[in-house]
Amino acid sequence: MNYNNSFFKRWFPLLVHIACLLPIPILVYDGLTGNLTANPIRGSILRTGKIALELLILSLACTPLNNIFGFKPALKVRRALGDYAFLYVCLHFAIFVSLDFGFDFQLIYNELILPYALVGFIAGVLLIPLAVTSFSPWPKRLGKNWKRLHNLVYLINLLAAFHFILVVKQGVTEPYLWAILIVFLLFLRLPPIRRFLSGFFTHSE
Amino acid sequence: MENIDPSEITPRRLYLSRRQFIGSAGLTVASALALAACKGNVPATATGESTYTGPTTDELGASLTSYQDITHYNNYYEFSTNKEAVANLAADFPISPWSVEVSGLVSNPKTYTIEDLQKFQPETRVYRLRCVEAWSMVIPWIGFPLHRLLDDVQPTSEATYIEFTAILDPKDMPLQGSNLLEWPYAEGLRMDEAMHDLTIMVTGMYGGDLPKQDGAPLRLVVPWKYGFKGIKAIVKIKAVNYKPATTWMLAAPNEYGFYANVNPNVDHPRWSQATERRIGEIGRIKTLMFNGYGDQVASLYEGMDLTKNF
Repeated sequence: MNYNNSFFKRWFPLLVHIACLLPIPILVYDGLTGNLTANPIRGSILRTGKIALELLILSLACTPLNNIFGFKPALKVRRALGDYAFLYVCLHFAIFVSLDFGFDFQLIYNELILPYALVGFIAGVLLIPLAVTSFSPWPKRLGKNWKRLHNLVYLINLLAAFHFILVVKQGVTEPYLWAILIVFLLFLRLPPIRRFLSGFFTHSE
Repeated sequence: MENIDPSEITPRRLYLSRRQFIGSAGLTVASALALAACKGNVPATATGESTYTGPTTDELGASLTSYQDITHYNNYYEFSTNKEAVANLAADFPISPWSVEVSGLVSNPKTYTIEDLQKFQPETRVYRLRCVEAWSMVIPWIGFPLHRLLDDVQPTSEATYIEFTAILDPKDMPLQGSNLLEWPYAEGLRMDEAMHDLTIMVTGMYGGDLPKQDGAPLRLVVPWKYGFKGIKAIVKIKAVNYKPATTWMLAAPNEYGFYANVNPNVDHPRWSQATERRIGEIGRIKTLMFNGYGDQVASLYEGMDLTKNF
């Protein structure tokens, strides 16, 4: 398929930006109309966290989408997806610090040393250098090291899923499904797998 | 032992100062969220809860959680792990006719219908409910002390524990078809806990019938313990001479203990129990030892290591 037309060049990235920003007005609207469950703070924390995780996973899916299916436009939005993931991580953390813990830093510290929070916190902190260096002039300036640094996103994805696993009670399967998806996407990056699949799909095209 | 008079109304001053504290969290979004959370404070369903005329706060001055929130934020894994989904999924759960078999080490075993239980004179009791997930509500239950029922069946001197069993009804409880937990749900209390006047068998709420999503037609409420001790849809109560296996202990023995007393000093292995979020309010409040019922129940656990017996 030809992706070299104006839709994929211009409109596709724009649609991705809109889709990434849309959850914010929806969140505010749901907050104002009482649609964030009876526990709206937890509701908004869970929602922003989940959107961040979904965007991280989408950013992880871009490379295999290009390598295996030849879907080049994915590469154009990969960085934006990562940056928006960081935006939602910031919202997630800001709600936790403000609405949830009311800036009580003793309580926040006590919470942050718990495994679930620590894992999430580390994932969030690791995301900072990636978000910062995703804008010029950093990609050029860092050269080869830029790619190395941004490979951290593999670890961040796994930490984010683990963070989600640690907050749910026994029996809730959703975070495990996300974790499996992440492992699957990482698996697709293994050179022999990638070669096999890309050969398979380009051949059948 | 000192008993709480459930109709004892808090000094207005305390209640107001609490409101003021909440109000001072002057974040725009916060107030918007709070506003949204306040809707539906007056219950308005077909069963006439809007006629509720009981106390509007607990004995510490905390106001009641809205009927809407109590009936739409439910941990009831037989129906769903999604708290908002339980109300709908439980709507068709059949609860009539219903009987509860009281047996085991008792001299006078009996089977009661829900109507029979009226003779134990259920009354409104406003209790705090503290979920192990660190959120809480204030709920005007209608229930009777379990000791009235136990006095009726006369446990023998060998009986040391009470074992509760919920209904097994996979046809009407979708998740009982899964191996999420071991079904039916089971709970237990030590005999002195079961005989304590704060321990109630609940048949109603907010002046009306007990909603299905909250455990109708009969559930247990032990206000100084985490909410999961409050087994719902009970069909069997048995006096036994062994410590009963409880569902959550079977599922994760390192996370959920037999006693499950609310204790801000003993964290859940994965999260803190020092604070809680009161549903309908912004921010957090400090969790109280024994959920604020320490004066009444602390003596039951004298000399016990509550870190080990969590």
